[in-house]
Amino acid sequence: MATREATKTRSAAVIDSVRSSTWGSRIAVVLTTILLVLLAVEAVQEPAQFTSQLLIGLTNGVILALVALGYTLVYGIIELINFAHGDNFMIGSFVGLTVLSGTILGLDLFSPITSNSGVPLRILGVLIALFVAMVACGFLNVGIERVAYKPLRNAPRLAVLITAIGMSFILQNVGLVWKGPAQVPFPELISNANILSSDAIIFRWKDLFVVLVTVPLLLSLSYFISSTRQGKAMRAVAQDKEAAAMVGINVNRTISITFLLGGILAGASGVMYGLFNGITVFNVGFTQGLYAFTAAVLGGIGNLTGAVVGGLLIGIIGAMADQYIGARWTPIVIFGVLILVLVFRPRGLLGDRSAVQGGGE
Amino acid sequence: MARLRKYALPAVLIVVAFLFPAINAYLDEAFEVTLMYPVIIVAVYVMLALGLNVVVGFAGLLDLGFVAFYALGAYVVGWLASTHFRQVSFSFGTTATSLTGGQIEGIHVSFWIILLIAGAFTGLSGAIIGAPTLRLRGDYLAIVTLGFGEIIPKFFQNGDDLGGFNLTNGTIGIKAIDAPGFPFLPESMSAWQRFGTLDLNPWYYTILVLVLITVYVNIRLRDSRLGRAWISVREDETAAAAMGINPVTTKLWAYAMGAVFGGLAGAFYGAFIKNIFPTSFSFNISILILSMVILGGMGSIYGVILGAIALQGLNFYLLPKINEWVHALGDSLGSAALSNVDLPKYNFFLFGIILVAMMLLRPEGIIPNRQRAEEMHEGGPASGDAVGGRARA
Repeated sequence: MATREATKTRSAAVIDSVRSSTWGSRIAVVLTTILLVLLAVEAVQEPAQFTSQLLIGLTNGVILALVALGYTLVYGIIELINFAHGDNFMIGSFVGLTVLSGTILGLDLFSPITSNSGVPLRILGVLIALFVAMVACGFLNVGIERVAYKPLRNAPRLAVLITAIGMSFILQNVGLVWKGPAQVPFPELISNANILSSDAIIFRWKDLFVVLVTVPLLLSLSYFISSTRQGKAMRAVAQDKEAAAMVGINVNRTISITFLLGGILAGASGVMYGLFNGITVFNVGFTQGLYAFTAAVLGGIGNLTGAVVGGLLIGIIGAMADQYIGARWTPIVIFGVLILVLVFRPRGLLGDRSAVQGGGE
Repeated sequence: MARLRKYALPAVLIVVAFLFPAINAYLDEAFEVTLMYPVIIVAVYVMLALGLNVVVGFAGLLDLGFVAFYALGAYVVGWLASTHFRQVSFSFGTTATSLTGGQIEGIHVSFWIILLIAGAFTGLSGAIIGAPTLRLRGDYLAIVTLGFGEIIPKFFQNGDDLGGFNLTNGTIGIKAIDAPGFPFLPESMSAWQRFGTLDLNPWYYTILVLVLITVYVNIRLRDSRLGRAWISVREDETAAAAMGINPVTTKLWAYAMGAVFGGLAGAFYGAFIKNIFPTSFSFNISILILSMVILGGMGSIYGVILGAIALQGLNFYLLPKINEWVHALGDSLGSAALSNVDLPKYNFFLFGIILVAMMLLRPEGIIPNRQRAEEMHEGGPASGDAVGGRARA
């Protein structure tokens, strides 16, 4: 008897929430449902293709999630859209490429690591490239914050956004001088072969590599923020800078560390992007950065879980748009998602304190 | 005296601007340099910068997708004054003539009517884009405008097969746009009958008149009730709302007015260049225009004009010149890297530095608007929204 009453109240609660919902959200629910049904139809018709595409989307999404975390960390703490973050990601891929080429600053340190090198050497090369790119991008991000953002900490929000855009253009041109305007190939260090024995569903070693690098990074970031002293300081500064300073937290150092973390993630994802897609180019940071920002907004900017969820969703949306609408429409679809989310639900799917406070709605 | 000073400088500038073709003819004869073409392009950018100034300078909204309106204006000309829509045949007051004497394919409308249509169309698009987005906070709004600035050129690029309908002709773009002109003029004024590529004077006077109209409207808007409402919303939206100003409508007006000027400049540019491609309307152009406004001084009309002239001068004249010097230096030093470097390719490096340096060192710009300068240098904790708006505690 008790269970029947419970279901009754639950259904009443559902009806109540439907009644109190706005027309905007009702339309959104209906449209999303239609889209999901259409996707499901496609999935039933050609399950193998759908699953492969889903896996591609997830892998791309994981890379996006790492970049999105950089946006969300910085936004959470100083409410700045760090426009240069995407270009930091590009610099990361260039650093990784340079390390793998063996020629650093004109010095021939070792012969280039290519697809012909032995497996241990390739693994070592990838690890070193990841490490160097992470360190370089981390410090680059801290440097950018010191030079361009710190002096403007008390300036209007848009003034800082303008310097961030300026920094983005500076970095892009550094990339242009460094590797030229054309796409640069990355060595094929990780096998394209399918791990699964099935012919229809494809999950390659590359995809496994991305997951193997990302998951530990995400776990250690989560540990750092939730369980260390410095992570606690970060959360405190995000909540209230003045109060944090009053209890003895070094606000400037905490902000620097946030930028360091964001840069480290950007460096790692830059190298992974290069290894995964086989190419990189000086303006890759602009589109990838905007996609990642969309992911951060979709999940709720300032919310770390949100960034990961948003990254996965944007990756999947992009892969599905590639497959069922046409690759040339994918940017429009993703920017469309960005605009719709910002207009109708600025606090994102999982919600965020800062966007609500700022009166985004 | 004060009255004289107030009007003397603009009067002198306008006279010089009107006499410029004569000056240019003299320069052409004496030094064999003709500045007509770059000056017309600079004037287009002056107009764009003044349009963006309404949004960024007066209303304090950061618009990162201004290029969308520029593109829309150019495509309106492409649609209404070329053979692009071969399905139909419609001519009105056009300079286009058919070689065979029969009906010409496509829509051909007089350029002067298209200007009005382009202005109205882009203004309306600005209002439609702005209406749902202007409630957003400043930095979110900037990103939404950036999204539109990316979507619209991408849409033009992909719009060659919208359910089988070729709207934009894809990456090939729209070609052979009709020249503007006054077909009813007597034969003796043939340069004005149909603007040609040899005599650029009619083009110059057209864009000059458009720029002057833009400047006049800018000044009148700034001093109007609406202009004061923009300033108050920029400085403190809450206080402005408490005084009975509707912030959303006010911002919407700024956005739509800016879009109108962007569209007019785009329409002129489309007719002048004759062939429009979706790739000429990239994010970089939005940033170039933004740099002009910021370098010159947000909200300052003289400053913005100077910023546009300075940056385009840099693009057209100074960078190629410096490039030559560097090449000469590289040749004399025997350095292959220096003698082959292509400096103009890196112009956006410079624009990036301008954005950062101006914001750090002189956020009010070269020729500041006094009120903006005061706003920029007010202290207070960060959370102010608008560019230069007073930071709210």
